[in-house]
Amino acid sequence: MSGWHTHTGLAVALDRENVDTDQLIPARFMSTPRSAGYGEFLLYDLRNDVYGNPISDFPLNAVPNASILISRRNFGSGSSREAAVYALVDYGIRVVIAPSFGDIFASNSVNNGLLPARVSEAEVDAAIANLADGAKEVTVDLTDKTIRLGNTTIEFTLDDVWQQKLINGWDDIDLTQNHKQAIAAFRAQHAQAMPWAVQVQQTNFRSAGRDTVSQKHRP
Amino acid sequence: MTGRRLLDKLWESHEILRREDGTSLLWVDRHLVHEGSHHAFAKIAERGVPVAEPGLTFGVADHYAPTRGAPATDAIARMIAMLAANTDKHGITCFGLDDPRQGIVHVIGPEQGLTLPGLLINCGDSHTSTHGAFGALAFGIGATEVAHVLATQTVWQKKPKAMRIDVTGRLGPGVGAKDLALAWIAKLGADGARGHAIEYTGPAVRSLSMEGRMTLCNLSIEGGARFGMIAPDETTFAYVKDRPFAPGGDDWDRAVDLWSALPSDADAAFDTEVTIDASEIAPIVTWGTTPEDALPVTATIPDPARMQGSAAERARNALDYMGLTPGRKLTEIVVDQVFIGSCTNARIEDLRAAAVVLVGRRAKVPGIVSPGSQQVKAQAEAEGLDRIFIEAGLEWVGSGCSMCVAMNGDQVEPGKRCASTTNRNFRGRQGRDARTHLMSPAMVAAAAVTGHLTDVRELLKEREVA
Repeated sequence: MSGWHTHTGLAVALDRENVDTDQLIPARFMSTPRSAGYGEFLLYDLRNDVYGNPISDFPLNAVPNASILISRRNFGSGSSREAAVYALVDYGIRVVIAPSFGDIFASNSVNNGLLPARVSEAEVDAAIANLADGAKEVTVDLTDKTIRLGNTTIEFTLDDVWQQKLINGWDDIDLTQNHKQAIAAFRAQHAQAMPWAVQVQQTNFRSAGRDTVSQKHRP
Repeated sequence: MTGRRLLDKLWESHEILRREDGTSLLWVDRHLVHEGSHHAFAKIAERGVPVAEPGLTFGVADHYAPTRGAPATDAIARMIAMLAANTDKHGITCFGLDDPRQGIVHVIGPEQGLTLPGLLINCGDSHTSTHGAFGALAFGIGATEVAHVLATQTVWQKKPKAMRIDVTGRLGPGVGAKDLALAWIAKLGADGARGHAIEYTGPAVRSLSMEGRMTLCNLSIEGGARFGMIAPDETTFAYVKDRPFAPGGDDWDRAVDLWSALPSDADAAFDTEVTIDASEIAPIVTWGTTPEDALPVTATIPDPARMQGSAAERARNALDYMGLTPGRKLTEIVVDQVFIGSCTNARIEDLRAAAVVLVGRRAKVPGIVSPGSQQVKAQAEAEGLDRIFIEAGLEWVGSGCSMCVAMNGDQVEPGKRCASTTNRNFRGRQGRDARTHLMSPAMVAAAAVTGHLTDVRELLKEREVA
């Protein structure tokens, strides 16, 4: 994953609350290998009619080269499917601006170089109003956490850790390799404190059908 | 100094190190993988790194598992085969389709004793919060994080804020953990607990069985919380004891001692406190397209004309998608089919609750009952519950995520309305243009009997009179 500092691109409004991950990518597309690309699956059932024809006035269809999405609260809520982020990234989206994001979606985004930029409800209202007559060019600066839309500049909220990760394009597995000794030491100490946690053993080989706990109740 | 919370105790006992920026590197005790983990296996293959702890990693086929016969398509069969190949390659125990331990990952973890109090449990699935019911630190992760856990058996995480949801009083007859969960989500919103780990406390929570506690913790994510947890107690220990992978002998006594020290200290403070009176909760159903769109079944369909701003707009969209008329009674909503299953509500107690309503009655609409695991299925059959469902006219099928996530071919057809024990009423969740109403297993059974949304308490009352 490569890092980035600023991004300028066309912004489009997706004027909805709770754009969940099932909408971002319907489950039926998720058996596709990533190498095949996920861009065409993005918001598939909102972008296309039941026959698979694009709905022309859907925002992303009207502005297919948009790279910034402005939406409403609780964007990316729902499942942990990283495929929702793959769909956005493979489509070409670099930044999503919203008042709040699903926790797992936000961390998945940062792991894929996609910025989840949090702004206030009022700022989203203003930005969506500003885009009412069509997509506009927006510049997002990760370094000073600002979004420039026309002659207005707003600040966005982003965890400092995530800011650094996006700027530097850090890969967690590489980072963690530097802590191999600490991990090994922890494992040894943990195995002392809770042997059952580290040495998983099947202690009981009963087969199926046991439930001694819930009260035996037959309707 | 104020006392330590369950969250603090779990966090501290898994923290390998904390960076200056506040992010912790945590040790993962149990890593559960499923067919959807293929992206993560591909990532580690690309880097050429092995699985760090195959002995702490367990696989299960659930998301794409067929519930009737063979996999519906080649693509689905490939997903199941890929999980088998990946786990086999890395020496990971996998509960495949023909293993009697197979079932939904959040049902089989506890059932096998892989889920224990005091452990940190990760799975590439947002309903991993389910395992928090045992007093474990359990949370869902994305594919990049799954790859990280596979490669290192650790996960980077910033400690969430702590919320306590204290449930006073007691739940009435016909009202259960599902209703309690939907009640708090309706009250706080689908993002009301974002950024938080929830600890559920209070007498109404204590009196829940482990099955009920799992349902409650399972739905934490639907209110925005990645973590849900309940302090372990005698109910927890009784459930865990003698499970196949639970500690035995001297280890058991040692473990119980350790687990008994996990509950939050009496003087522990929380960032956010919420109190709910269980005695005020009625059976709840959802009417819209997020779990926060939930109301007591005795209410009417909300009217966007009486709402303000974006809430009105959202309600209008939701009602349009759901094909509902504002102001009508919720009990007038006619359903086309029912589904009993999922990691939320497919454990033995859930099936019993539905069977109590269905015994001696016929369903007016078709539906399927998918037990949460092959063991739950065997248990239910030993109790004769399968006969009750079949005699009521419902299909008794195999175990998997099935119609909750609609990946295995089990789905609700466009425009059809389903009363469902699942966790998400999102647009298209159960199939394109499917209309989902979430409710408890007893409430789904009631809807099956009458063909419309129904207050199950009325059907239970008839039972008492008879």
